[in-house]
Amino acid sequence: MKTLAQIPMHQKTKVLGIVESELKPKLLEMGLYPGKEVEVIFKAPFGDPIAVDISGYTLSMRLSEAALIEVE
Amino acid sequence: MKKIALFGNPNTGKSSLFNRLTGLRQHVGNFPGVTVDKHSGFLTINGKELELIDFPGTYSIYPRSKDEEVVYNVISDPKNPNFPEKTIVVLDSTNLERNLLLFTQIYDLGLELALVLNMTDVASRNGFDINILALEQAFPAATIIRTNARIGTGLSELKEWMGTDSEPRRTNQSSLLAKTDIQGQIADTNKRFERIKPIVSQVVSRKQTEANFSNKLDKWLIHPLFGYLIFLAILLVIFQTVFTLASYPMDWIDMGTSSFASWLGTVMPEGIFTSLVIDGVIPGIGGVLIFIPQIALLFFMLAILEETGYMARVVFITDKLMRPFGLNGKSVVPLLSSAACAIPGIMATRTISSWQERLTTILVAPLISCSARLPVYTLLIGLVIPSKIVLGVLNLQGLVLFALYLLGVVSALLVAWVIKQFFRKKELSVFLLEMPDYKSPRWANVGIEVFEKVKIFVFDAGKIILAISIILWVLASFGPGNDMEKYSKLVKAPIIQSEEAVIDYETQVASVKLEHSYMGHMGKFIEPVITPLGYDWKMGISLIASFAAREVFVGSLATIYSVHDTDDDPKQLMDKLKVQKRDDGTPTYNLASGLSLLVFYVFAMQCMATLAVVKRETKSWKWPIVQVGYMGVLAYLGAYITYIIFK
Repeated sequence: MKTLAQIPMHQKTKVLGIVESELKPKLLEMGLYPGKEVEVIFKAPFGDPIAVDISGYTLSMRLSEAALIEVE
Repeated sequence: MKKIALFGNPNTGKSSLFNRLTGLRQHVGNFPGVTVDKHSGFLTINGKELELIDFPGTYSIYPRSKDEEVVYNVISDPKNPNFPEKTIVVLDSTNLERNLLLFTQIYDLGLELALVLNMTDVASRNGFDINILALEQAFPAATIIRTNARIGTGLSELKEWMGTDSEPRRTNQSSLLAKTDIQGQIADTNKRFERIKPIVSQVVSRKQTEANFSNKLDKWLIHPLFGYLIFLAILLVIFQTVFTLASYPMDWIDMGTSSFASWLGTVMPEGIFTSLVIDGVIPGIGGVLIFIPQIALLFFMLAILEETGYMARVVFITDKLMRPFGLNGKSVVPLLSSAACAIPGIMATRTISSWQERLTTILVAPLISCSARLPVYTLLIGLVIPSKIVLGVLNLQGLVLFALYLLGVVSALLVAWVIKQFFRKKELSVFLLEMPDYKSPRWANVGIEVFEKVKIFVFDAGKIILAISIILWVLASFGPGNDMEKYSKLVKAPIIQSEEAVIDYETQVASVKLEHSYMGHMGKFIEPVITPLGYDWKMGISLIASFAAREVFVGSLATIYSVHDTDDDPKQLMDKLKVQKRDDGTPTYNLASGLSLLVFYVFAMQCMATLAVVKRETKSWKWPIVQVGYMGVLAYLGAYITYIIFK
């Protein structure tokens, strides 16, 4: 299963689901529900955290959090 | 009073709207039982007084942090003293889908509410077209108002709605609130998005526009190399401005308070009360007022960075650097603020959701050199460091000053790392931060922010600094038995009564009195402990005095060495200190003892007001005590090692 942490910059992909974890409800509330189109648009120096475009708004997260988001 | 609640996601312009509606009629307190800011504003509509409460920005009513708990606690309990009669939910028009999640949750509770579509200007610029009619059909129970908080459109309509009488409350504390288990919340959230998606596709249509301005700017501002360089340049500008520009108003305040005190001296009758006012109360108030320019300037610039959206980028690019030390990107702002004053810095840690990271930031914040250390640094550097040019362009004195600031920053990071090792269970550290689009700052927001921060400093720190300066006055004005009288009579009165001779005589009397006061005895009492650091009892007095507030150091040295007026001319004190000799004939203030004292001031926790704030923010005496302890040990060891090396 691929996660958002493995997706290269500027490659659009879709959320499939979120790994069971404490953060799952929080990530959902931020709009990362299954079917949502996402795209990594920036990486901080040293590659972490990353900034993700979630159809119109930019959310930054650490790679450890991106690894919880399963994508196509 | 009728209460109206303001809810919304972060970055929706909610606080701008709040400021627009209430102006300076605001009050910042805490919600009952928690240290989460409660911003209340008051406004009068058609003769009716209303209280508007600006709640912390949240994405959902399900509580995941202290801030979010506040929202949940208030709206889930109609008996809560802050339970609103009406609610306003502010939505960002460019991001309706995610914003509607919180809105539908509150909508389903059946509270009387207005849906405020904010930032409509940004939305139309970005090609969004919003069909209000469709939105009204989707949420018939809500009043929909379009606003632009930045220029003020829609405000009168909103005010009118706020002023109308509310219908009897149809509280419908639905099953929603009962869903406290995670699985239930996840299912509910998924269901809500299923309901929101078709609404959004009906309401919002979007023309494709070019890559927006923010993304273009970010190519530079969060660039792996330029991002840091730009950030460093901004830091440099901030510190230059804070320290150069602020010195003018600081001089005026200094001159103002001292001339006010001497004027009072001429009109008030001589006596204990006059002395209390002139030597205790006024210097105490002056010691608070003098920091206002620096604090105001620093927060002015930080508020601009925050308002423009740049601060979120700073957090983004520094997160990885801070993580090894048990901190996170959000610790950067509190630590930056601490360079003006640790008190607002510590209060700014409230944005850090992890308690461990927040506590660590609080514990190390006072290590960042604040502006109260600056007078001490300047005096001692002037005293023991020669003013010469090194490496072609750099002034040695300036270099030492820079090194002291650097020592503060480095030690803060190292101590944070040590603290991290003490946490047995590692708390989950979360970093989910929305990056708002860049926008020009709204000056009213900046102004209110600066005003609030200065107010907090003046009232929180000010009270304590004032109380301590009165205690110090007592310790310095009274002594055991009648020693003070006895010894001061031994000072030879001048034979020729010239003005200069009289002043000289008076300052000598003051110096002898201080030596035999309680404070003088305390200085001598601790002398054995501080001798290894290279200090004598006179420095001991100043050290004790500055445990209340560091800036007292210079003033008490001036009294001990009977320098009449340091305000007009710090050189006088410096000249006096330069010629002081120890019993063995070596100068008291040499490179070793001067540097040792400087290092002591970098580390020591000499600020009662900060301790009081730490106690308030951590709700326990444990942490301020830990802080005094570790910083004291660090100061003593650091000063001792420095003295040994340079002796």
